[in-house]
Amino acid sequence: MAFTSTASETSSDLRMSYLDVLEAEAVHIIREVAGTLERPVLLFSGGKDSAVMLHLARKAFLPGQLPFPVLHVDTGHNFPEVIEYRDKVVAEHQLTLRVAHVQDYIDDGRLTERPDGSRNPLQTVPLLDAITQHRFDAVFGGGRRDEEKARAKERVFSLRDEFGQWDPRQQRPELWNLYNGRHDPGGHVRVFPLSNWTELDVWHYIAREEIPLPAIYFSHQRQVFLRNGMWLAPGEWGGPRRDEQVQERTVRYRTVGDMSCTGALESGAATIDEVIAEISLSRITERGSSRADDRMSDTAMEDRKREGYF
Amino acid sequence: MTTLSLDTTRDGELLRLATAGSVDDGKSTLVGRLLYDSKSVLADQLEAVESASRARGYGQADLALLTDGLRAEREQGITIDVAYRYFATGNRRFILADTPGHVQYTRNMVTGASTAHLAVILVDARHGVVTQTRRHTAVAALLRTPHVVLAVNKMDLVGFAEDRFAEIDDEFRRLAGSLGVPDVRSIPLSALRGDNVVDPSTEMPWYTGPTFLQHLERVDLDEDLTALPARLPVQYVLPDGSLAGQLVAGQLRLGQQVLVTPAGRPAVVTAIGRLGTPIENARAGMSISVKLDGAGEVGRGDMIVAADRIPTTSRQVTATLCHVAERRLGEGTRVLVQHQTRVVEATVASIVDRLDLATLEHTPNSDPLVVNDIATVVLDLDEPIAADPYRLIRGTGSLLLIDPADGATLSAGLVGPAFR
Repeated sequence: MAFTSTASETSSDLRMSYLDVLEAEAVHIIREVAGTLERPVLLFSGGKDSAVMLHLARKAFLPGQLPFPVLHVDTGHNFPEVIEYRDKVVAEHQLTLRVAHVQDYIDDGRLTERPDGSRNPLQTVPLLDAITQHRFDAVFGGGRRDEEKARAKERVFSLRDEFGQWDPRQQRPELWNLYNGRHDPGGHVRVFPLSNWTELDVWHYIAREEIPLPAIYFSHQRQVFLRNGMWLAPGEWGGPRRDEQVQERTVRYRTVGDMSCTGALESGAATIDEVIAEISLSRITERGSSRADDRMSDTAMEDRKREGYF
Repeated sequence: MTTLSLDTTRDGELLRLATAGSVDDGKSTLVGRLLYDSKSVLADQLEAVESASRARGYGQADLALLTDGLRAEREQGITIDVAYRYFATGNRRFILADTPGHVQYTRNMVTGASTAHLAVILVDARHGVVTQTRRHTAVAALLRTPHVVLAVNKMDLVGFAEDRFAEIDDEFRRLAGSLGVPDVRSIPLSALRGDNVVDPSTEMPWYTGPTFLQHLERVDLDEDLTALPARLPVQYVLPDGSLAGQLVAGQLRLGQQVLVTPAGRPAVVTAIGRLGTPIENARAGMSISVKLDGAGEVGRGDMIVAADRIPTTSRQVTATLCHVAERRLGEGTRVLVQHQTRVVEATVASIVDRLDLATLEHTPNSDPLVVNDIATVVLDLDEPIAADPYRLIRGTGSLLLIDPADGATLSAGLVGPAFR
């Protein structure tokens, strides 16, 4: 049996750009999860990567509804604009929202506030508890391999044991587009449909698909103070200290995380195209510019991932 | 001089490549150099590499540190697993699967190369084509990677000698030719110095071909999956009855006559949706949903195929296996076979032979498979699958063997005999 070439005249009109390829791949991954696992959930923080994830997941099942809930791990240190955005998106698309509150854990003593005030590392326990409580067996994350060295080695379907832990040396080989999400009883699989996307790809896709984002991604006036070379917003979490001076700056956020450790950058980029132009010229990575917790050590992300972090 | 820009447009093409090399061939340095010279390394990443290099007492930044990600790798100075890197030039985006060359070479390279359009195989110019090169080239040939590049590294250590390069190139071409690799290219370079990686070398005026990056930018990406017969594995049934999946080969158009396998029921395509938008034609690579008339009940695990060029539906499959698990796989073992979206129970009926990747000899051998073995096996399936020979359609000619006890992936399977 041999197949001779009979490419029809329409094939050239159907050329796929790299964004088309990335979109088709992500949708394939999302549909594989829906087709093979029992109780998926999509992590939704209101950040740009989770906004893109949600958009892709919704498109994957059109004209149907999203067949699984979304989960927000709420540090309690939120940008009000982001929570407003989250609730609007949930209402508009009639999503089922689950929230795991870090504050609850601090209130009853299961977790202790860190001296630096950051609650990013505290998200792991409420996340794992929510996974256990709702018996989620597949958790979609917006992680991208270009973000960080440890992520660069993670599979698209990444197994977690019953303690939610990742073992980078025991990863299942991932071949072709054949994903294997079988997991131990009590374990689950983290799934990263945006694995092969870069920060710029995400922005180009947001522009192409006209995906709404929280306002803090775009240039605005904000009261901020300088700590460790980063502009932080004041808040109940412990800033500013006595020696830190609050001033008004024109800023935007490049990532959205815990308010205590997510830095703003001085920027006049007020539209998606201006943001893309700014990122294209930037000589600093997304995490390096805006995440204090990843600056702590060379292997900070690897260590947190092993423990069960996003 | 290659034009470089991070400000890529939204409609450039995507090239996936995989690298392989022996220990000390300088693969991490080549990848680091590629990222560095293509301006894909940002200031804070470079700063981290410089400070790590200083801490180890190196005189200059060790670009290999850009890609050695995990703590164990840094401590042992080796690359453990497949790592993915992303870079872009004016007209293309690249996804690079960086696979280690030491132990577990076959498993890692098979993983990295299974999705690649292009495989990069590194050799040290002082040593030329070695056993490991033969293995890597054989894996690329086995997986039918459309393009293979031989990066002849460390040319500075052989005095940039043209005759040394020609000798290696000649041997490599003979090897690749005997394996049926469709497109090969050798490039003399020095990753450490940057010669012919991004910018042309001033030390090798006798070489007039493209630099490494120029080749990546120019290589023909048109695998012509669209010319193949249509193959749409059904992933999921949407609430309106549409059948969702990614077209792995060929094209589908409204009104087309199709068959639903493995049952073999004929049907007609009455609607095609591309993520919510109705379209008339779909091509390989697109994630779509279709409606059929006449097929009856269709669900996940079925496949929609062109009615005039159909796959072989059978309960027995002969496949070439790359064994990727530490546990052994012997005759009589019960396994799950995952073929696109279809999973069936099966028995390893017989293990026929072993392929020696270095000599390319098939030796009759029915011993259980151990990790990194490549073997011809016969699988008896409890239920039929509709498969194509891997050499004709990669997507519907590939399968996984899975341990039903704990779900571990055991082997990668290629339907049909190796290289033929």
